[in-house]
Amino acid sequence: MAMSSNSPALSELRERIARLEGGSARRREVLPFGVSEIDRVLPGGGLALGALHEVAGGANGAVDGAAAALWAAGVAARTRGRVLWCVTRQDLFAPSLAQAGLPPGRVIYVEAGDEAAVLACFEEGLRHGGLGAVVAELARLPMTSSRRLQLAAEASGTLGIAIRRWRRQTEATDFGQPTAAVSRWRVSALSSRPLPVPGVGRPRWRLELLRVRAGESADFEVESCDAKGRLALSSDLADRSSASQARSIGAAG
Amino acid sequence: MPASKAQVLVPDIVSLELDPAEDAAALDRLALWALRYAPIVAPDPPDGLIIDTSGADHLHGGEAAMLTSLVDRIETSGIAARAAVADAWGTAHAAARFLARPVSVIPPRQAAAAMRDLPIGALRLPTSIVDGLHFLGFERIGDVEDTPKAPLTHRFGPELMRRLDQAMARAAEPFEPLRSPEQIEVRRAFGEPIGAAETIARYTGKLVDQLCVALEQQGLGARRLDLLFHRVDNRIEAIRVGTAAPVRESRRLTRLLTDRIETVDPGFGIELMTLTATLAEPLRDRQTISSLVEPEEPDISDLIDVIANRLGASRLYRFAPVESDVPERSVKRVAPTAPEDGASWPGEWPRPSRLLSPPEPIDTMALLPDNPPVWFTWRGIRRRVARADGPERIFGEWWLHQVETTSVRDYFRVEDEGGERFWIYRAGDGEDPATGSHKWFLHGIFA
Repeated sequence: MAMSSNSPALSELRERIARLEGGSARRREVLPFGVSEIDRVLPGGGLALGALHEVAGGANGAVDGAAAALWAAGVAARTRGRVLWCVTRQDLFAPSLAQAGLPPGRVIYVEAGDEAAVLACFEEGLRHGGLGAVVAELARLPMTSSRRLQLAAEASGTLGIAIRRWRRQTEATDFGQPTAAVSRWRVSALSSRPLPVPGVGRPRWRLELLRVRAGESADFEVESCDAKGRLALSSDLADRSSASQARSIGAAG
Repeated sequence: MPASKAQVLVPDIVSLELDPAEDAAALDRLALWALRYAPIVAPDPPDGLIIDTSGADHLHGGEAAMLTSLVDRIETSGIAARAAVADAWGTAHAAARFLARPVSVIPPRQAAAAMRDLPIGALRLPTSIVDGLHFLGFERIGDVEDTPKAPLTHRFGPELMRRLDQAMARAAEPFEPLRSPEQIEVRRAFGEPIGAAETIARYTGKLVDQLCVALEQQGLGARRLDLLFHRVDNRIEAIRVGTAAPVRESRRLTRLLTDRIETVDPGFGIELMTLTATLAEPLRDRQTISSLVEPEEPDISDLIDVIANRLGASRLYRFAPVESDVPERSVKRVAPTAPEDGASWPGEWPRPSRLLSPPEPIDTMALLPDNPPVWFTWRGIRRRVARADGPERIFGEWWLHQVETTSVRDYFRVEDEGGERFWIYRAGDGEDPATGSHKWFLHGIFA
């Protein structure tokens, strides 16, 4: 499958569709992860700027959204400009975001009080165009709202990340509903890398790319954001030969 | 009481000549100062201020917070003050002067219930009518309310029922707001009253254009705008917007004002609109585009203004570091436009991305004094600890609170068998009961 996506017929078809969609006269810019295994499966070689992306935590992370928030912080840290972070109720701990590469001076928080106000601020931030990224924590993201957000992001070229976070783990089935977001991710905590001494090693995540427009889904085992917001492929996977890696990605897709 | 008698009763008494004109002027000055709270303010001689706070209270953190701040500020300048907010001027007038609390908030549509127990003197009636009612045995407003209206009106005239209706918030009572003479103001009168939101928006845009021209002539930018709508029934509706930095851009100001048009009730129509820059600051032109200097960071103050005017300025903030080892004290909120000093937290120790406030108690089994728990139960789920790091000991800040002189927290970073990481702490050092209760708490969730 990975080979067939490079065939000239398909790429010509893609170009024609892009022409039909219009508005994409300028080249769509991307934000690469800097990890070739992840960038390879994303169309354009990275996370599309000027688009809406969704991320949620797995298992208990669907409720606390801790890993999803740190993943979003890592992505936002690698954009240029300020970051607007809209929440219903504040429980982020800013020193942790600073450790993921997002210094306190770059993030402006909006504590909106309810979901409708979060959506309004999210759209306002995406529409403005002067921000590097806009992050919002939402439980519900209906199709209509997500389409509005996606259009706003396309018009301004700002990266939008919706952290989906629910009150109860059972409500997380809502994540299966379709939205207009360009990609959909799930981040779940894995046991950290074993250390030769007692202690907790660098945290690892299972990063699942559940859906991406014009691409195939995949999953990765990664090590969490470093001080610059960069992910790294988990070492036991990175040590494997390239052939077995390609197989594992192909199998996941 | 003659002055000589007062001097005998109170030694060292200071006596001043009564100067009604100067008192009224001082009240006017106080009213001008109170314009910081809401756009519609009027002096209420001899001793009161009327502030129409509708549409302005959310900018000051709600009605109760606004009143407390107002009273505190006036009292700092040596004037004893009492304040009340209610549906109508009459209700608030009575509540401020006759309720025992210095600050009272009468909830909407509860004016009648709040007024019943107040004495008749609270009704702003002439002394002759009050004396007459007392003579008939009426003591409280509730007594008058329960009596048939016609005989009372026949005896005392229409004034009694008018004042009663005003106090019960049943009758409208317009007043003439005070304006400062030096403020830049533009106005537009309509031959036919207008009411549609689109029409209001269009004329708002025209007024803002005029105002911006006036501001430009004086080299000023608006920090706060008041848009007043005078309705045909003599009531005034108001919109107030604030900006983080002086602005003279017509499009931006129009956007801020039209965002709030839905809060205006046009009633039977609006016949006059006035737009005032109640707070203006110097704004000089400067060149921003040059090929030599680097492109500066995009200006997002307009976005901040839009969100702050919609949600209230306190909902929009940045976090800044505070030098404290206690996690919940190591962050403070600063305004989004506060100058950036590049300071951050010391980054040696991992910190959780979500912090629970307050920390949640957990059940554990742990070896004292130094070991992390073997398992813990949080929100009904028991988790076995697979790996742990710690303790990271944090001492109480004795220079802030006396009770923290000996207190200690030992923080552990633990990972359960499923790979979820938590930040838990024990209150106390594990040996000395004076250092804490030795109970365990979950304080944060790592990614």
